[in-house]
Amino acid sequence: MDIFIQQVVSGLATGGIYASLALALVMIYQATDVVSFCQGEMAMFSTYICWTMLNAGVSYWWAFLGTLAISFVGGIVIQRVIIRPVQHAPILTIVIVTLGLLVIFNSVAGWIWTYVQKPFPSPFPSKPFKAGNVVFGAHDLGAITVTLVVLLCIYVFFQFTPLGLAMRAAAHNPVSSRLVGIRVGWMLALGWGLAAVFGAVAGMMVAPNLTLEPNLMGGVQIYAFAAATLGGFTSPGGAVLGGFIVGVVENLVGTYVSFIGTELKFTVALAMIIVVLLVRPSGLFGTTIVKRV
Amino acid sequence: MSALLEVRDLEAFYGRTKALHGVSFSMTAGGITTILGANGAGKTTTLRAISRMVRTSGAIRFEGQALESRATEDVVRLGIAHAPEGRGTFVHLTVEENLKLGAWGRRQRGELAQDFERVFGYFPVLASRRRQAAGTLSGGEQQMLSVARALMLRPRLLLLDEPSLGLAPMVVREIFRILRAVNRDAGVSILLVEQNAALALDLADHVFLLETGRIVMDGPSEDLRKDDAIRRAYLGY
Amino acid sequence: MGGRAARIVGLLALIGVACSLPFILTNFRLFQFTQVYIYAIAILGLNMLTGYNGQFSLGHGAFYAIGAYISAIMMDQWGVPYGWTIPVAGVLCLVVGFLFGLPALRLEGLYLALATFSLALAVPQILKYFEHWTGGSQGLVLSKPNAPFGLKLNPDQWLYYLTLGVLILLFWLGANLLRGRVGRAIVAIRDHHIAAEAMGVNSALYKSLIFGVSAAYTGVAGALSASVIAYVAPDSFNVFLSITLLIGAVIGGMASISGAIFGALFIQFVPNWAQDISKAAPWAIFGVFLIVFMYVMPFGIAGALRLLWIRWHRSRVALSAEPRDTAATQAPRTT
Repeated sequence: MDIFIQQVVSGLATGGIYASLALALVMIYQATDVVSFCQGEMAMFSTYICWTMLNAGVSYWWAFLGTLAISFVGGIVIQRVIIRPVQHAPILTIVIVTLGLLVIFNSVAGWIWTYVQKPFPSPFPSKPFKAGNVVFGAHDLGAITVTLVVLLCIYVFFQFTPLGLAMRAAAHNPVSSRLVGIRVGWMLALGWGLAAVFGAVAGMMVAPNLTLEPNLMGGVQIYAFAAATLGGFTSPGGAVLGGFIVGVVENLVGTYVSFIGTELKFTVALAMIIVVLLVRPSGLFGTTIVKRV
Repeated sequence: MSALLEVRDLEAFYGRTKALHGVSFSMTAGGITTILGANGAGKTTTLRAISRMVRTSGAIRFEGQALESRATEDVVRLGIAHAPEGRGTFVHLTVEENLKLGAWGRRQRGELAQDFERVFGYFPVLASRRRQAAGTLSGGEQQMLSVARALMLRPRLLLLDEPSLGLAPMVVREIFRILRAVNRDAGVSILLVEQNAALALDLADHVFLLETGRIVMDGPSEDLRKDDAIRRAYLGY
Repeated sequence: MGGRAARIVGLLALIGVACSLPFILTNFRLFQFTQVYIYAIAILGLNMLTGYNGQFSLGHGAFYAIGAYISAIMMDQWGVPYGWTIPVAGVLCLVVGFLFGLPALRLEGLYLALATFSLALAVPQILKYFEHWTGGSQGLVLSKPNAPFGLKLNPDQWLYYLTLGVLILLFWLGANLLRGRVGRAIVAIRDHHIAAEAMGVNSALYKSLIFGVSAAYTGVAGALSASVIAYVAPDSFNVFLSITLLIGAVIGGMASISGAIFGALFIQFVPNWAQDISKAAPWAIFGVFLIVFMYVMPFGIAGALRLLWIRWHRSRVALSAEPRDTAATQAPRTT
């Protein structure tokens, strides 16, 4: 039982990371119908920026916040400068642009920081936490906390602030949003900014476990896709929940099902995607889009 | 008396198709004008031209300011509210959130509470549904919400596209009663597109008729109401 | 001369040039062009499904892999001559594609993309798992065939002509298919499937069939690559292959037959140019190429050419709008 709880907590920690990246994917998809393939690489790039600040002697939490701020601005700039010129092009064209950004970020990161793996610190103590017989990694608990804090802030922002309301409106109904005076273009830019922030959080929380290198987020990105599919690409809350579920299931399957080592854990994520798509394509919480003919 | 809205030689295009062929008209402040015509005549297109939702050539001036080079959201911020065809409600958001968004384009964002009071005064049914998702409202209620949302802007010009579409006659009469009150009490000018000519002529003081993108008649609604020959020729009754 | 005749002459000229390349280029360059033809066939397959029929596939690398491994296993385990493996791969992929198309009917746009994406990701794992057949991570080493009938061609030259021949055949068949009834039906399904069904098009049947045909084309390309590269290994068929094919299809031009060739040229040569430009970050240069291409030609190379042709044609029509007189109407028209 103790091992079970430990693995669940551990799974929730990785799940929070998947949830953050899944939220980034879903936010952009909801507003633009485009699946952005570059969110993982942007997250990796943000993590490198944090690493650079830490190396320059900045204390962890200042570097963390600084990275979030830089990522936010970076996301906005990318939407305004790179995505906006093709925003009315066919969807696949925009997808190719995000693929272009993916390779650019990956390649430039390798060029600037080399492909040598770098250790990335965790702000949480290395001594494990003990509650009775159950042992928790402090980083796991810390990652869960950070993720939940960020998610809570975002929830409050969207539900209770005028700007959050305007962003929700712009994502669902850009035409009507213009008719009430919302500058939809800037709402999209803000969406990309926030998505970059979620990615940065995911990157900085996962890097201590995986070590920092340009291909850091490759696997995480796949799990994020699985999370978004499970929860529903049209539901931010669903994507978050999907992330936690994927994290926990991945961990439990890896622990309890003996023939599935790390290699096939991956296939488990893929199997989840396929099963969800066959049974309920819109995900647990997504809404099926009913189109009027 | 300077015109509130002046439109000159307006042409509107959907892709390569021209929908309006040089339409010219003007509206005075405080008036109610209705645009009548058959389906496809270009009535909705005229409203969309003013809201900058279609490509146009020609001049559009609101309170002396040129609108042609502005985006929709900027036209709204000048004080023009547009309740579009199909209502355009934010179906996933609550009634209250829809109304809050209506005030987004306003210069002075304060006094929201007063606006809510006023709007709920006009449409009490919305008050009782304020926390419901707008998509769960009936057609008539959504139309009221659409008008209410437009009023939240405190507009000086209200563009209304077929408010009576698909609604029960009693509901329609109620909406038109409120429009008359809004015009009288708050001085909001109204440009109304309608299929229901009788109701529209009753409300409006000025009318113009569109036929395949051209104005064929432009004058006080009295004239159209009283002159049987014109009325029968253009409206068929 | 008439437009149609001009087009046929143009095509024959191109084929003539293509046939002469083995005597001009080095073996390596020839190998690259052979690879271009293989990609073109695969991209045409993808284009049929995604461009003409609107079903998004991010996993066509899977069919490429299936075709390659069918061919490789037949040659390696059963000693089947390479020539027979190609149509067999095509037919088997047709069946697999059709079967995959059946459940895919339920998935729209994004969801089909996700399903095919997952399939693409799973392929290397699955190939490694069935070691006994596939040779596991090591893969299978094959041998390049010699030219038949004692023709004085080295294997690379012979494979070039073989691939070119298959390309011409498959493109001709594809053009007939896409420009005829079937093509119209699948485009109708893409643009408005409810209206298409209301007009009697059996949407489910066509969608599954085109999935099969699309898979068959890509499978044939894979089978050809097994002989041309003389080696198959699971990691060559990872998700990047699927993404590369998609890039080729979009850059070349969706819903276009010539687009497949432009796209294949792009994915074969542009990464090399990128490396020439910058040894340090070649993929960054490639990414910039991708983005710039999409800005300048959002409908792909074929789309941009089509737009240019339409504009040129329109200006010529405008110029020729002169007052008619009997002499002018009897003058020979040049288009």
